[in-house]
Order: sequence, then structure tokens, then C-alpha cells
Amino acid sequence: MAITTTTLATIAAARHRRGRRRRAILAGLVLLIAGMLALTLMLGQSFTPPGQVIRVLAGQEVPGASFTVRQLRLPRAVLSVLAGFCFGMGGVAFQIMLRNPLASPDIIGISSGASAAAVFAIVVLGISGPAVPILAVAAGLGVALAIYGLSFRGGVAGTRLILIGIGVAAMLHSFIAYTLSRAPAWDLQQALRWLTGSVNGAQLGQALPLLAVLALAGGVLLSRSRDLEALRMGEDTAAALGVRVGPTRTLVIACAVGMIAVATAITGPISFVAFLSGPIAARIMGSGGSLLLPSALVGAALVLVGDYCGQFLMPGRYPVGVVTGALGAPYLIYLIVRVNRAGGSL
Amino acid sequence: MTARAGAMPGRRAARNTLALAAVVLLVALLCALSVAIGTRDVGWDDIAAALAGRAETIGQAASAARLPRTALAFLAGAALGLSGALLQGVTRNPLADPGILGINMGAALAVVVGVAWFSITSAQAYIWAAILGAGLTAVFVYVIGSLGRGGATPLKLALAGAATSVAFASLVIAVVLPRGDIAGGIQSWQVGGVGGATFVRLAPVLPFLATGFAISLLWARKLNALALGDDLAAGLGENVARTRAIAGLGAILLCGATTAVCGPIGFVGLVVPHFCRLLVGTDHRWLLPFSALAGAGLLLASDILGRILARPGELDVGIVTAFVGAPFFIWIVRRQRLREL
Repeated sequence: MAITTTTLATIAAARHRRGRRRRAILAGLVLLIAGMLALTLMLGQSFTPPGQVIRVLAGQEVPGASFTVRQLRLPRAVLSVLAGFCFGMGGVAFQIMLRNPLASPDIIGISSGASAAAVFAIVVLGISGPAVPILAVAAGLGVALAIYGLSFRGGVAGTRLILIGIGVAAMLHSFIAYTLSRAPAWDLQQALRWLTGSVNGAQLGQALPLLAVLALAGGVLLSRSRDLEALRMGEDTAAALGVRVGPTRTLVIACAVGMIAVATAITGPISFVAFLSGPIAARIMGSGGSLLLPSALVGAALVLVGDYCGQFLMPGRYPVGVVTGALGAPYLIYLIVRVNRAGGSL
Repeated sequence: MTARAGAMPGRRAARNTLALAAVVLLVALLCALSVAIGTRDVGWDDIAAALAGRAETIGQAASAARLPRTALAFLAGAALGLSGALLQGVTRNPLADPGILGINMGAALAVVVGVAWFSITSAQAYIWAAILGAGLTAVFVYVIGSLGRGGATPLKLALAGAATSVAFASLVIAVVLPRGDIAGGIQSWQVGGVGGATFVRLAPVLPFLATGFAISLLWARKLNALALGDDLAAGLGENVARTRAIAGLGAILLCGATTAVCGPIGFVGLVVPHFCRLLVGTDHRWLLPFSALAGAGLLLASDILGRILARPGELDVGIVTAFVGAPFFIWIVRRQRLREL
């Protein structure tokens, strides 16, 4: 009896410690994002003192600062954060569900589907504005559905889903490359947005669809985080724990695809953010606890930092996707090596 | 491997010879069609005149311009089909393909880096850069994919290849973006096509392809031993590592050189060996030459299709093969009992 009590006490203490650690790390991530936001708003080609930034944000007209902060820096920063949230959370949901960190939406073709639809809409159909994200979401969902349906053969095996996704992604990539190379008034910046992702020319209005999808799909995902955690231990274990695997899977796919597709339609498929956020979050959080929120925060931090580096810290100006892609490459190598050694879990 | 183990029943050999004749005939027909079909219709007499070296009428000139293109499609298709068969034999992996494994993208990155940073211009240098990039990427992806439990499973190799492709694609853009002068050319090169070929541009790549073809055909017998599994092959007195290295080198020469000239063309190396296995079985001494021929046939057919579908313009062959090949890839994945990671 005495032993049981001490064991329980130890477990409770450990859980308490973990909870505290988790909150501390989350707070740290939020601080990092806030810091990056402040930096983005204050320091660009020119320096705007914090007092002026606050006055502009409060709605006052400050000569020399209003335009830069309100029209250029604020939309960019807001869009970076929101898109980062979407990529981070959508990506990690896939990685947890398929139990393979390499099975992120940017590798198995979901982002490519959204991207291909956007390119097709802009270049071939010549449409722009709100119809483009809608089309991209539809295409992202369509591709996800197609991959899911094609890999269905008496149940969906994760392996089959990933491999079919890779095949579909390869096909879509060649379609995107071809459509862009044939665009009549071929614009490199526009093209690069759809190949690597960028927040150039951001407008505050574009944040609305992102906010909506975050509230809707993100909310559903967060409310299902327990089921997702159970799925992380394998389908059989999850079923034994009382999770209805099929419906949960469908719901998670729908939400994650929605987030990824909306973000892709607005910023382009920012390379590797969906792919890197989850593993990075897993590394800094340690074991236990849902990865959805930490991963979303890491995603936002990645996009903010990547965009800032691409804008100001490099020779020439690069879109954020090029920076995250290049930064992601070495981490990817490390990750593949480590994951393969461990046998595939996040 | 002794000669006895390699002997095959006479009926099989006869059937294979028949199939070989059929494929040769088909490829010859496709070559003829490739010269005949295009934006401008030309008569057979014009084609005959063009083959004889005359280019007096517009029809003759058009046919003459299509000759090097046909030759390039034939060579590139043969090289890609063969390199796919070699890669599948070396890795014993049904999904091995220069595109899926990221080898094409490695070659592309090396060429782009060479152009941008080392200002290479000669065709020879392009090819060397592409082969170097292809080789390094192949080794890299294979090593990464075979780490951990279970060695190089199809899933791990495909994931390592896909992830490497994405990373390299970003790096290509990072290198190209500040250099507007080369961006356009590289963008269109990345789709993969055989249009605009001339015999002069074709010449430098021939020695590389010839070496690749020679290696693969000489090494076919050893690949048969490899198919039995490493332990058994070693037990039969085969130097497994050396066989793998040399056959892999052949595959890299072939797909690297092809990528340097045509840009990355996906899925030919994946589809063709599977199709040929259905025709002639798994003996590499038949499979490899067949894969080369069928690869040539597939690329010629895709190129012709691209010209018919998008008249009066044309579709690059890379997009046609992608749309023909990806469904096939999915079919293979669905058919196979793939091992879970």
C-alpha cells in the first residue's frame, strides 16, 4: 500500500514536472514569435522606432512610418504567422497519423495538388482573387481523396498511401513545371511563388481565409488531439483504446488538408515548413503531450525567421520558401538518418 | 554463375526472340512515325529525300530537322529504360527509378551549380557535371535509404529520394534566382524534352551512353546472381559489392548523360523494366536489351503523342511520360505487397 502511494506520488510529480516544462517551452515559443514579429515590424530596409510602430498599429497616421508598417510589414508578418500555423499543424497531423515524419503533405503530393490548381487557375484560366484559394482547396482535397482512394485495398496501409502520394506528387510537379514554362507572360517571381512559396506582396485581406480555416479545422484537430495521440501508437492500439480509427482518420485528413491547401493557395507551398515543424517540435518538447500546438508555433517561427533571412540577411532577396528549403535540407538529412535508425516513429 | 545455371529452355528462348523481333519492328515503326508526324505534314518521298541528305523543299527540311530529334528520343529512351532496369536490379527494389530516387534532380542541381558558379559552357562539362551530381545523389539516397531496420526497403528509398528531390529543387531555385540570365533556360530545361536537338549537340553525349550500354550489357549475368539475394550471390562466388558498384555506375552514366541533354525525364526508367519483365521474364540478359529497346519505344511514342495532342504546338516529352508513368507507378504500388516500415 505504501509502495503504491509513493509510486503514484512519483508519477504525479513527474507528470506535473512535464506539464510545467511543456508550458515553459510553449511560452518560450510564443515569446520567440512575438520577438520576431516585433523585429519584422521595426527593422526592414529602414528602422522604425517601437513607439512609432505602436502608434501606427493603434491607427494613428505617422509620417514616414504608416505606409511601411501598415502596408508592407504588417501584412507580411501576419500572413507569415498564420500560414506557419497552418503548415505546422496540418503537417504534424499527417506525420502523426501516418506514423512517419517523412509523410508530410509537401512530400506526398497534397501541397502539389493545391499548387497545381492555383497555377492552372492563374496561368491557363486567367482568374485571380478569392476563386484561386477555393480552387486550390478543392484540388488539395481532391488529391488527398484520390490518394486515399487509390491506396484503399481492404484498408489503407500507411506505406501504400505514402508511396502513391509520392507518385502523384511527381506527376503534379511535372505539370506545374510545364504550365509555368508555357505561361505567356512568364513572370519569375510569380512562378517561384508557386514552386517554393513566398509572402511577397502580402495583403491583410488574405489573412481572413487563413483565420477562418485555423479556427475551424485547427479547432477540430485540437479537440481530437487525444485520439491523434492514440493513433501515434499504431492503429490496433488506438482501436483497443477506444478510438474509432476510420472516422478519426477521415476527419484528421479533411482538417489537415484544408489547412495546408488554404495556406498553399495564399503563400504557395513554403518548402519544408509542414515537414520540419513536427520533428522540431518533437525534439524540443520531449516525449508526452500533443504535438499539434507546439508544431503550429514552430511553423510560425520558421516562416517568420525564414522570411526575415530571405529579405535582409542574404545577398539579394529570396522568397521565404527558398530559405526554408535550403535550411531544411541539412536537417532533412539528419532527420532521415535518425528516423531510419529508430525505425520510423516521430 | 556458371553457364549451366544461365541456360534456358529452348521454347523460352524462341518466344523471347519472337518478342524481340516484334519490339524491334515496333521501334522502327515509331522512328518512321516520329520523322513523319509533326506540325507540318510531309509525304514519304520527302522523308526519303531527307534521309538521303537533301533538304530542298520545306517538307524535306522539316523531316531533316526531325531526324536528330528522333535519334535523341531513341537514345534517351534506351538509356533511361536501361538505367531503370539496372537500378531495379542493383537495389532489388521495384520502385527504383532515376526520377523517384531524386537522381535526376541531383544531376539538375549539379548542372545549375556548374553554370552559375563555375561558369561551365561546353557540352562536355555539362555532361560531367550531370554525371557527378547523379552519382553523388544516387549514393547519398541509397545510403540514407538503407540505414536502419530492414535495409533499403522500397518505402525508405522512395521517401529518401522524394525528400532529397524537394530539397534539391529548393537549392536549384536558390542558385538560379539571382541570375535572371540563366533562369529562363533552366526553367524550360527542367521540364525535360527532346525538342530542338541537332546532331552536333548530340555528339558529345554518345561516348558516355556507349560506355553505359557496354557496362550494363556485360554485367547482365552478374545482376542475375544479385537477384538471388546478397548471401546466395556471395555463396555463388560473386563479388556483390563490386557488381553493385559497377552496375550502379552504368545506370548513373546513362541517366546522368541523358539528363544533361534532355533535362529530367521521369518514369521511363520505372515503367519500362516492369513491362519487359512481363514479356521476357527476369533474366537480365534478356531484360536489359529489352528495356533499352522498349524505353526507346516509349520515349518515341510519348514524343509523337506530345506533338499530336498539342497541335500546332507540342507538349514536352517529360510531361507526357509523367502522365503515362504515374498511373503505372500507382498500379505497381497497389499490386505489390509492400512491406510496412
